[in-house]
Amino acid sequence: MTPHENTVIIDKLVKRFGDFVAVDDVSLTVKRGEIFGFLGPNGAGKSTTIRILCALLAPTSGVATVAGYDVAREPEAVKLHIGYMSQKFSLYDDLTVGENIEFFSGIYGVPRDIRDERRAYALRMAGLEEKEQTKTSLLAGGWKQRLALGCAILHQPPVVFLDEPTSGVDPLARRAFWDLINELSHAGHTVFVTTHYMEEAEYCHRVALMYRGRVISLGTPHDLRKQLRSDTLPEPTMEDVFVSMIEREDAALAGGKS
Amino acid sequence: MNFERIREIIVKELRQSFREPRTRALMFIPPIIQFLVFGFVVNLDVERSKLAWYDQDNSPASRELRASFESSEYFIVTNTPSNPAELQDLMDRESVHSGVVVPPGFAEDLARGRSTRIQMLVEGTNSNTASILVNYASDIVRTYSSGRMVDLITQKRMARGGQIAKMQAPGIDLQQRVWFNPELKSRNYFIPGVAVNIITIVTLMLTAMAIVREKEIGTMEQLMVTPIKPIELMLGKTLPFAVVGLFDLTLIVILGILVFRIPFAGNAFLLLGASILFLFTTLGVGILISTVSNTQQQANLSTFFFFQPAFMLSGFAFPIRSMPEPVQWLTMVNPLRYFVEICRGVFLKGSGFDVLWPQFAALAVFGFCIITFSALRFHKRLD
Repeated sequence: MTPHENTVIIDKLVKRFGDFVAVDDVSLTVKRGEIFGFLGPNGAGKSTTIRILCALLAPTSGVATVAGYDVAREPEAVKLHIGYMSQKFSLYDDLTVGENIEFFSGIYGVPRDIRDERRAYALRMAGLEEKEQTKTSLLAGGWKQRLALGCAILHQPPVVFLDEPTSGVDPLARRAFWDLINELSHAGHTVFVTTHYMEEAEYCHRVALMYRGRVISLGTPHDLRKQLRSDTLPEPTMEDVFVSMIEREDAALAGGKS
Repeated sequence: MNFERIREIIVKELRQSFREPRTRALMFIPPIIQFLVFGFVVNLDVERSKLAWYDQDNSPASRELRASFESSEYFIVTNTPSNPAELQDLMDRESVHSGVVVPPGFAEDLARGRSTRIQMLVEGTNSNTASILVNYASDIVRTYSSGRMVDLITQKRMARGGQIAKMQAPGIDLQQRVWFNPELKSRNYFIPGVAVNIITIVTLMLTAMAIVREKEIGTMEQLMVTPIKPIELMLGKTLPFAVVGLFDLTLIVILGILVFRIPFAGNAFLLLGASILFLFTTLGVGILISTVSNTQQQANLSTFFFFQPAFMLSGFAFPIRSMPEPVQWLTMVNPLRYFVEICRGVFLKGSGFDVLWPQFAALAVFGFCIITFSALRFHKRLD
């Protein structure tokens, strides 16, 4: 086992905002090349966890390492080895496709000799070879997201964090986006992705279900569904898994109180 | 520090600013408009003020006095009311700024060597203009009056069979010499201050906006997960606007000299040096504002929260020496004050560094403190 077999290691991670516990004692590991899905309703703590992993937020307690670097102690080293794309479209609308790629290449310090090659790769990946001179604001949603992903991986980061990358994108474009994620995984990138589209969970190698700041279930989509299989529900979907897990959790919480 | 990353930010910033017609215009049009407005409109000088002349005496002497008013460049007689009600009406409707009432028997009193009075009514809503008018009027009346006195004394001597045809009235003649602004034009006083005003607002606003806009659209979060260092981001975000600010300043100095004929007595490089020092303050405050604002509206409000008092206490329009003493102390911690002093000194007096060094030192201290403080506040974390 190489030392980087586990590219993301989270151990007893806690994040509090005042009295509110956004991330409550989360521990998990993600292997190299894995597509790891983070599922949960809005406000479950998915984005907060990702932001801690990207060294955007400091953890209250616990340890997290990404690509071998501690997010609390070596935030700048972490930033050199990750790509990040958030649900908010985060490229410059008033720059052209080419200018956006050029800008992020410069910011990430992509070596000059491979810059053209990376640029061509990003354009091909986003399917925008013909649109290099187009103003980014004129692109349709799906293309924008693919361009954002292309810009986030110009520096070939070992770990890529995608925070609800497909929200607000039509189903066809979503499908195309997941093809890209698979491609990245095959190329050896670890992909850590949050979503609230249940059918997208099926495309992940493993998923963690997050609810009220805690991971309530973790496994392959197949395993999770198998746990729920019964005579009344012979073919449970991920949505069924999701709903029943949350109901069970709510019941446990209510039981604990009374 | 990685200069390539700074360059990338600068290139991007310039592309964005110059591509959008609206922002392109914002960088240069308002400064020019503001400059022209201040140059042409803000004028406290009183010239050709409208005067109503209510002559109840209608004598050669009263007509002579009226001629002295009219021959000055300060008054022009626009109305000659024939009764008090008419004069009152003219004042009410602000058709005239002031009125002079010459009482009956004016000429007779003068001829007999008796003291006499005339009345002046002044529209006092603008106290400054009013007191200037009263000063001009009393000068005119005094001159007229001493002329009459000399005539009178001369006549008496001649009646007594004196030899001297005309004598000099004994008295003290005040020889006035106004330095630095010999024509006493308020424009000369204001324009150097306008330069300060514009460079402050442009750099403060553009910097704060450029950072907050990125927060709003979400690209700031994207930048924060890149390896860029806060200092690189700060420099990349401020240098383009420093250049725009210096360009605006140069434009204003040239326009001021060419259009308004403002004297520029000093050294242009000294002014440039002071401007660069001053930019540390405005850019620093701009960054500081961006760290406490999440939306462009908040940034706008915060900008004015800083700018308005700083402007009032800069001595740009209201002389610091007429402020209450505690307020005068307050102006000591206002960087704008020092830059206004430098601008006026360089423009009008041709002062050099040997005179202005305390102001330079103050600007350097403020710039250093503010930029350091805002750099410490400018993190790459969200919490």
